[in-house]
Amino acid sequence: MTTSLARTAWQNLPAAFAKLDPRHLWHTPVIMVVWVGSVLTTVLSVLDPSVFSIAVTVWLWATVLFANLAEAVAEGRGKAQADTLRRTRTETVARRLREDGTVEEVPGTALLLGDRVVVEAGQVIPGDGDVVEGVATVDESAITGESAPVIRESGGDRCAVTGGTTVLSDRVVVRITSKPGETFIDRMIALVEGASRQKTPNEIALSILLTTLTIIFVLAVAAIQPMAVYSGQRLSLVVLVALLVCLIPTTIGALLSAIGIAGMDRLVQRNVLAMSGRAVEAAGDVSTLLLDKTGTITFGNRRASELVPVGGASRADLARTAYLSSLADETPEGRSIVEYTVEDGVDAVALGDVVALRRAGAEVVEFSATTRMSGVDLPDGTRVRKGAGSAVTAWVRENGGTVGGDLEMHVDAISGSGGTPLVVAEAAPGGAPTVVGVVHLKDVVKPGMRERFEQLRAMGIRTVMITGDNPLTAKAIAEEAGVDDYLAEATPEDKMALIKTEQSGGRLVAMTGDGTNDAPALAQADVGVAMNTGTSAAKEAGNMVDLDSDPTKLIDVVAIGKQLLITRGALTTFSIANDVAKYFAIIPAMFVGIFPGLQTLNVMGLSSPESAMLSAVIFNALVIVALIPLALKGVRYRALSAHAMLRRNLLVFGLGGVVVPFVGIKLIDLIVSLVPGL
Amino acid sequence: MSIALQTATAVLLVAAILAATHVPLGAWMHRVFTDERDWRVERVVYRLVGVDPRTEQRWQGYAGSVLAFAVASVALLFLLILGQGLLPWDLGRSMHWDTALNTAVSFTTNTNWQSYSGESGAGHAVQMLGLTVQNFVSAATGIAVAVALLRGLARRHSDRLGNFWVDLTRATVRILLPIAAVAAVLLLLGGVIQNLASPHSIETLTGVQQTIQGGPVASQEAIKELGTNGGGFFNANSAHPFENPGPWTNLLEIVLILLIPFALPYTYGLMVGDRRQGAVAVGVIGTLLIGSIALATWAEAHAAAGPLASMEGKEQRFGIVWSSLFASVTTGTSTGAVNSMHDSYSALGGGVPLVNMLLGELSPGGVGTGLYSYLVVVVLAVFIAGLMVGRTPELLGKTVGRTEITSAALVTLTMPALVLLGTGLSVVLPTALDARANDGPHGLSELMYAVASASNNNGSAFAGLSADQPYLNLLLAFCMFAGRFVPIVLVLRLAGSLAAQGRRPVTAGTMPTHTPLFTTLVVGTVIVVAGLTFFPSLALGPIAEALS
Repeated sequence: MTTSLARTAWQNLPAAFAKLDPRHLWHTPVIMVVWVGSVLTTVLSVLDPSVFSIAVTVWLWATVLFANLAEAVAEGRGKAQADTLRRTRTETVARRLREDGTVEEVPGTALLLGDRVVVEAGQVIPGDGDVVEGVATVDESAITGESAPVIRESGGDRCAVTGGTTVLSDRVVVRITSKPGETFIDRMIALVEGASRQKTPNEIALSILLTTLTIIFVLAVAAIQPMAVYSGQRLSLVVLVALLVCLIPTTIGALLSAIGIAGMDRLVQRNVLAMSGRAVEAAGDVSTLLLDKTGTITFGNRRASELVPVGGASRADLARTAYLSSLADETPEGRSIVEYTVEDGVDAVALGDVVALRRAGAEVVEFSATTRMSGVDLPDGTRVRKGAGSAVTAWVRENGGTVGGDLEMHVDAISGSGGTPLVVAEAAPGGAPTVVGVVHLKDVVKPGMRERFEQLRAMGIRTVMITGDNPLTAKAIAEEAGVDDYLAEATPEDKMALIKTEQSGGRLVAMTGDGTNDAPALAQADVGVAMNTGTSAAKEAGNMVDLDSDPTKLIDVVAIGKQLLITRGALTTFSIANDVAKYFAIIPAMFVGIFPGLQTLNVMGLSSPESAMLSAVIFNALVIVALIPLALKGVRYRALSAHAMLRRNLLVFGLGGVVVPFVGIKLIDLIVSLVPGL
Repeated sequence: MSIALQTATAVLLVAAILAATHVPLGAWMHRVFTDERDWRVERVVYRLVGVDPRTEQRWQGYAGSVLAFAVASVALLFLLILGQGLLPWDLGRSMHWDTALNTAVSFTTNTNWQSYSGESGAGHAVQMLGLTVQNFVSAATGIAVAVALLRGLARRHSDRLGNFWVDLTRATVRILLPIAAVAAVLLLLGGVIQNLASPHSIETLTGVQQTIQGGPVASQEAIKELGTNGGGFFNANSAHPFENPGPWTNLLEIVLILLIPFALPYTYGLMVGDRRQGAVAVGVIGTLLIGSIALATWAEAHAAAGPLASMEGKEQRFGIVWSSLFASVTTGTSTGAVNSMHDSYSALGGGVPLVNMLLGELSPGGVGTGLYSYLVVVVLAVFIAGLMVGRTPELLGKTVGRTEITSAALVTLTMPALVLLGTGLSVVLPTALDARANDGPHGLSELMYAVASASNNNGSAFAGLSADQPYLNLLLAFCMFAGRFVPIVLVLRLAGSLAAQGRRPVTAGTMPTHTPLFTTLVVGTVIVVAGLTFFPSLALGPIAEALS
């Protein structure tokens, strides 16, 4: 990390020099003041050279350079990613469909909104759009970095394709939904390069505060000269500039834009694209998370979670019959029963799989939607069935068996808890079938979700689970996952209404979505993360796109937003707290000539007035470099309550900010005092 | 009894009285400003000035009314002073136009800087019709602006802050007048004079001619302290035996000064529906005030050897403790009344009143002004610290965004700009230098004290400075006006933008603003901001003097 950062810094040194242009610095008033000061001391050093004035001048320029370097390094990281993206955006040839159905070849850049193009296996999709005809596998590794191909098909929520990706099989017709030069990749490049970066609301507010502080310090320093003259000593301008630069919040001023760029960059590294910095900030403020149940909180498929033997059957019997009867069930539920029973200790090798059974002469009854049953008739005459309660009990009765009273009780209990009961029955060779037990299928909550929700709660974020399930099932899952609330049988309108209710109570809402019918809610939410697999409408409506299409990442996005704000606040506090030590270094040094008594304030015991002032200036410059890694990486973020977090950060960056420069300036002074002429 | 014990006893005595008045007075003020009904006398006032008391104003309208009222007040008072020869009881007193302007601005801005001396500048008519009236309404204006800011914090999705004329009238009629009336009677009982007598000369026992002054002192004295005005009837202010005859009146005056500033935080808590916020405010201002009292008393007690060594400039009847206490209280609020001469304090002891003012008059500050200055610092503290919990900073559910931070930052900028530029300009101008009584760092302190006193609307004088000259009169008038009304307009802008917002619910992710940690944070912010701004200047004044 450190070495690679040093290399990036070295590579971006030319960019840092280029940024010495005042037209660029104008956007960061704090650094602009340092620049003006540097020019001033340069002129003064030329007119009246001394070791002190030259040394101060050099370090003032270094301060400006380090500030530029911080920004250049942050941007440099994005540039590397942009270059990779650019390589994929090679000139493509589009095969546009004419009205009459014939095909004409045009350059990809000439495509207009609404054009329809044909893309076949091996060809690059020429622009962003929706598949309107056909189905194809697409290699999207160019943008997601994920090598496994994905399926894109017309209609539904998996119709969006991105320009620059490659069709691997089949043929699709794509309707172009982006204007030339405004494709997803174009936007992505602009975003990661920081070209389209605008200051976010909070960044602007902080800049205003920093500018005000700068003005106050300019006034404070400007007022010193007449007072010093009054007291009998005209101060040199170099000294005043040195004092001013040390006091104005150069540290945070230098790192502010780097923090913003790095925040966006952290999202990009997790394959999330934020369309604006505003969205990243809003993520930190989110107080309600709407999470889709399926795929986010649960695995999305109902899975076997429990075996309930009935009618005197043993659990091992039930496991064995459930295993056998589910072998021919290729649905995810069926496979989950096989996995579950094997884990439960069923000897899969001894019993054999479908192929082995068939070879042995067994008759396999495959699951179908009409019979709602699967099973197998073994060569020895044993028959096992598994399926929906009504289907299996019907089969038992048809074959002369009876159904025990306790079955109904168990089935109802499982249904009542939001699960799905599957009944398993077995008929011994020649005998009537009996029910052996019930398999409890349920939507399984992903491991670790409860802990994450607890963390979110500690951070003051409410989680609401959105599901199409009935209220009973929804309630059961919500309780198991530990979410704060749920919305069952949710329609897009319900979702929208929920967002509006939350927002009217002053809460900021984040959600994920992929379908076209999610689009209005995504647009309404303060943070709307669209899945890359989703429709163009969804991606257009959201203010972030998750290239991995992993809805769980919403939680990371919130953490990154918070981290961004914390880093800003922490470095601002640090920067201001630093001033205390600088005063103790510089003020006695400045005035000790007039009032020898002020030597008492030289608590650090700095060797001479010149070395004291120079040491403060050097510390001020070096601390920028020292904090670049922190600005880029962000202050370590843990899920704590606001109170605990404030206490911790005030201690580290407030108190630390007071103490560190005392030590730093003293150490620098020990070295500087060795320089002859100081 | 050691000095430390005496000081502790004195502070505890004052604190006990304030603890008793804090809740009932705070609750009363809350009722006054949320009451739907008008008193009959108020309805008469509204009809006379043509105001519909039920119409509320936007922040611009509210600020416009405050400014219009201020400009009209300055103009009327200016004319009254210049024309006092036409009025009864003028006692032949008069002022120069620049002194008159300075005085008019001074009393309108609740500063009560007096470049004239009461004995020679203002007759009884001016004292009663002009100065005392302004003592009431300038204090009421401060309360009104504070209440408007509280409404901004309390309301949601509203573009209205209340009606300035109603707030002004109610503050005067329901709060200031009744308390001042009672206080005046108590002061009378304590020996303060109240008559319309002309000065008469007597021959003392030692055969010296002495002029004994008369006047309606008690009535003005009460509001002078209660409204944190500070303009004395006599030049010697509360050191004069007719204004402040003894220990009991001294205690009463200290309590009167602190009465409203320490009760308003309770009103604040009630207005925003969270009394803990008010407790934090009391914690912050109490800490700063007690700190300054301790420092001032310590400095005075240790200034020189011997029990009477630092009695220069202090009255025997008050002694070191009650003088230092008064000095801290009068500069910690924006009162500026004095019962001793701050110029005679030790370097450090004299630095305390100066620092009290440079903190921005919020410990506890003037009536109303202290509370809104405090809340501006809270906005700044919330902004920086709030970021550190990973959310857009918010205060009581209101986001501190661009508009809010701009307003707060400009308020914070105003006073240092006036003090630093004003002092910087004055120390190189011969005309200002001539006004000093001392050379060296003490002379610098005198000039800086005057500019700081004016810019912070305190009005206390370091003494020593001969301030009645055109340059200082005009400079200080400017500082007083800008130091008062630039922040008021910005505070109302802040109130407007806060009122327009909704309110975010409190969650575990919300930074708590009612904890001891937050109290410490605000105290730290106040000290660091003022310290960083004024340390270099103080180093050349009081600090250099103390260390030499």
